[in-house]
Amino acid sequence: MSLAFLAAEEGEVNPLLPHVAEIVLALVVFLILVYLISKFVMPNFEKTFASRTQAIEGGLAEAERKQAEADAKLAELTKQLSEARHEAARIREDAREQGAEIVVEMRQQAQAEAERITVHAHAQIEAEKQQVLGQLRSEVGSLATGLAGRIVGESLEDEARQRRTVERFLAELESQPIGQSS
Amino acid sequence: MSAARQVLVAEGFTPPGPGDFELPAVFGDSLLFTKPALLLVLAAVMVFGFFLVTSRKMAMVPSKAQYAGEQAYSFVRNGIARDIIGSHDFMKFVPLLVALFFFILLNNVFGIIPFIQFPTFSRVSFAYALAGLIWVVYNGIGIWKHGLFGYLKHVTVPGGIRGPILLLIIPLEFFSTVIVRPATLALRLFANMFAGHLLLILFTLGAEYLVFEADKAAYTPVGVLAFLLAIVISFLELLVQFLQAYVFTLLTAMYISGAFAEEH
Repeated sequence: MSLAFLAAEEGEVNPLLPHVAEIVLALVVFLILVYLISKFVMPNFEKTFASRTQAIEGGLAEAERKQAEADAKLAELTKQLSEARHEAARIREDAREQGAEIVVEMRQQAQAEAERITVHAHAQIEAEKQQVLGQLRSEVGSLATGLAGRIVGESLEDEARQRRTVERFLAELESQPIGQSS
Repeated sequence: MSAARQVLVAEGFTPPGPGDFELPAVFGDSLLFTKPALLLVLAAVMVFGFFLVTSRKMAMVPSKAQYAGEQAYSFVRNGIARDIIGSHDFMKFVPLLVALFFFILLNNVFGIIPFIQFPTFSRVSFAYALAGLIWVVYNGIGIWKHGLFGYLKHVTVPGGIRGPILLLIIPLEFFSTVIVRPATLALRLFANMFAGHLLLILFTLGAEYLVFEADKAAYTPVGVLAFLLAIVISFLELLVQFLQAYVFTLLTAMYISGAFAEEH
């Protein structure tokens, strides 16, 4: 086939025939290129790819850890919040009970005080009454004694005189201040 | 090319041929100092230079240069090596595949870069060299993994096939895996680059001839059209150049993966 091609080109060169020098040159040049790339280029790229992958995976792990942390903290806070709510409710309940107790106590106190005041007032009134009664009794006695003396000493002639005497006595009695009589 | 142009002036238009790919040495006499050979070295230097610069100062948050390098590297590392070979074994072959893809790509793109304008792999020897290397690599891996006879059985006997049909299958599989593969790998790359470059030369030289050398004035607009088409073809070539680099690398990865596989 190559001979036919040669003939067709009328003695011109056959482009399919290889030249050893060119083959060797291409092999040497290409193998050097492969060596250089595997030695100086590939490690750099692969190192970067690896560290980038690692960075991404590390970042993901870090994010996961942070997420877990945040979840835990949230749960804790929720728990604390509900505890605080319970606490507040308990305190409110206590306060209400205490308030009721205080009201009851105050009411009892007030009642006792009122009773005490009433008793005291009664006693005072009683005492004053007794005092006034005693005073009255002695005064009435002395008045009766005076009146009797006058009636006895001054002989009663007529009814008019008798009436004057009584009226004078009463006027005297009225003009006299109550406290100074005894 | 200058010789072709002299002919052209003397006796009308001579179409470009395989001779246009036989460039004289820049200095001396050796094939090692021709334009394609120098371009081959230049491509290797540029590929390594690019990756060295972009991977020198690595940071978690990449700079623009680092980002470009990472994207280029990852394109082959993840898009070809890992996807085809599998995440368990692919790391060993990443340097080979990265170097292969960008080395071929740059050499191909040289075909349309102004003032360079020569796809290195239109020299068949270079394509043979790479394909031969790949052949050694994937067969070597297969033999290392399965042993010589184990590997031969692995490549020639597809799983689940028994009986006399094997008499037909075994030579066919052997032929296709061990002999045809490297040849198609090399020729696919070479032929695409060769044909693309030939097409570009044809259109540009033809345009030049029609505009400046042809006698009839009516040829001038045709020449301009041919030149415009050459520009369009250049963009088409860019696509082909990328695809050929990609296909070569992809097939290499598949061959390696096939040699690695436990069963068919």
